[in-house]
Amino acid sequence: MTQTTVAALSEPLAWPEGGVARVPFRVFSDAEIYALEQEKIFKGPIWNFLCMEVDVAKPGDVRTTWVGETPVVVTHDQDGKLHAMINRCAHKGALVCLKQKENRESLTCVYHAWNYSLDGQLQTVAFRNGLKGKGGMPEDFDASKHRLQPLRVATFCGLVFGTFSEETEPLDQYLGAPMSKFLDRNLGRPLKILGVHSQMIHNNWKLYAENVRDSYHATLLHTFYTTFKVNRLDMDGGIILSDKKWHHISYTKRATLQAEKEYETVHSGQYESQLAGPQLLNAWDEFDDGITHSIQTVFPTLVVHFTLNSLAVRYFVPRGVDKTELYWVFLGYERDTEAQSQMRVMQGNLTGAAGLVSLEDGCINEFVQRGTATSPEAKAFIEMGGKVAESNESSRATEASVRGFWHGYRSIMGFH
Amino acid sequence: MAAIDPATFQRIDAFLTDYAHNLDDGLTDGWPAYFAADGLYQITTRENFEAGYPIGLMLCEGRGMMQDRMLALRTANVYEPQVFCHILGRPDIREASPGAYASRANFSVFRTMENGEASLFATGKYLDRIVIEAGAPLFKARRVILDSRCIDVLLVVPL
Repeated sequence: MTQTTVAALSEPLAWPEGGVARVPFRVFSDAEIYALEQEKIFKGPIWNFLCMEVDVAKPGDVRTTWVGETPVVVTHDQDGKLHAMINRCAHKGALVCLKQKENRESLTCVYHAWNYSLDGQLQTVAFRNGLKGKGGMPEDFDASKHRLQPLRVATFCGLVFGTFSEETEPLDQYLGAPMSKFLDRNLGRPLKILGVHSQMIHNNWKLYAENVRDSYHATLLHTFYTTFKVNRLDMDGGIILSDKKWHHISYTKRATLQAEKEYETVHSGQYESQLAGPQLLNAWDEFDDGITHSIQTVFPTLVVHFTLNSLAVRYFVPRGVDKTELYWVFLGYERDTEAQSQMRVMQGNLTGAAGLVSLEDGCINEFVQRGTATSPEAKAFIEMGGKVAESNESSRATEASVRGFWHGYRSIMGFH
Repeated sequence: MAAIDPATFQRIDAFLTDYAHNLDDGLTDGWPAYFAADGLYQITTRENFEAGYPIGLMLCEGRGMMQDRMLALRTANVYEPQVFCHILGRPDIREASPGAYASRANFSVFRTMENGEASLFATGKYLDRIVIEAGAPLFKARRVILDSRCIDVLLVVPL
């Protein structure tokens, strides 16, 4: 595969002293860095989340998605194999698939009717031999040399991933054993989609990547977590980073709460209330490990959350240097009883664009974007819980996972 | 479903208008009172509605859950000040059964932020079930079906 040559930044980026505990604000608003990320990260040695396997469950199913800003189409062919390709005709470059989901026998570009099989091979070209013996493609036209540009595809626990790079390690190695095991805990059985939506957040994609790894902010900004004792840092819990520190798991055990005085002095601890509609938090224990809330990330843009019984995949798509679309895919299991489904549906109120414990994230990252955009030379100070990126299974009063993200980001981008 | 008489139309139409004006005036504490005690309120998207997916953006079963939402938006949730302006389409109101009405109306909602920027925030349709209790119309169910799958920034107030 041809690797696009990336021009160097017109002004090189020197990472500030302090390593992963500092982040130069320039990385959130510099259009050149954003363009470089498209090549080095999204087309680089990483597995990008593409869609759910249930999105393309049947032969002929076609699903459009994105890798970074690049439009991609995922297909399920007649032999049961999944494929992913850039959604770009080999002729003039028009989008080939326009709908989010459809079922088709083949893919046809609407512009000049070039037709591709579901694995992306060019099958037919309209007027290839011309009309009435005139026009048509030259003699040396070879259909096998024109196809939709493929990505490598791999699946795990109902998640479909794709990569542009030949260098990307196999998906199981990319995830690593602790991450795979926890994904399997949460997603390793037949899944069903319970709802989908997205929200446009007005910030650089990395601010959301930080935000979702930030166990420090969760119970301070999101009052509802704290007040209703869904998630607090005075419950047992911890942070697990993957070997390369790119991915993380944050988990909480609700039953272990031992109320700490520190919460009495913060805003989120002030909101005293009993629910007038307590059915919101009706829940059941699904697992015997005591974990009642978890957030897991897979670098760069995939998140799986499991709050009480509310299970969802989130993924975010960069839409410009200061714009990101955050997708929510609410899930249940095929095996769920009606009563269990109902509890997941009610708890759907907790998260999403209108989520009682998540809606603040729609604006908080924008506040950082607006606060930092005019100070590219200034930097963030990220030392809660230490200066390095290490797992911590005794406390979540730490920004270790955020530092882990920057560790991965810097190594891929070559920012030393 | 049966057509309704002009007086009933006028009464329900005034109720629908009043609901929107109250929300636009920021009178969210009074919002649950527009519903029957066991009333249902849901905001979802056209995509979810057509696929039969049960999880949308907001779901309240009964006034208690609605009160919790209003308490949360007033005291717990964090967001920038914003004001809304509902533009209602003319409702199509039919009698579903004696004393119970089904209504459908298009709407658009404009949002104005603290910095003065105004934009179209949501457009879609209301699918309502309305009952008359003690002479006053109340929502038995109000389903807000958004045309777009995508919410700009966040959604905190009911529509």
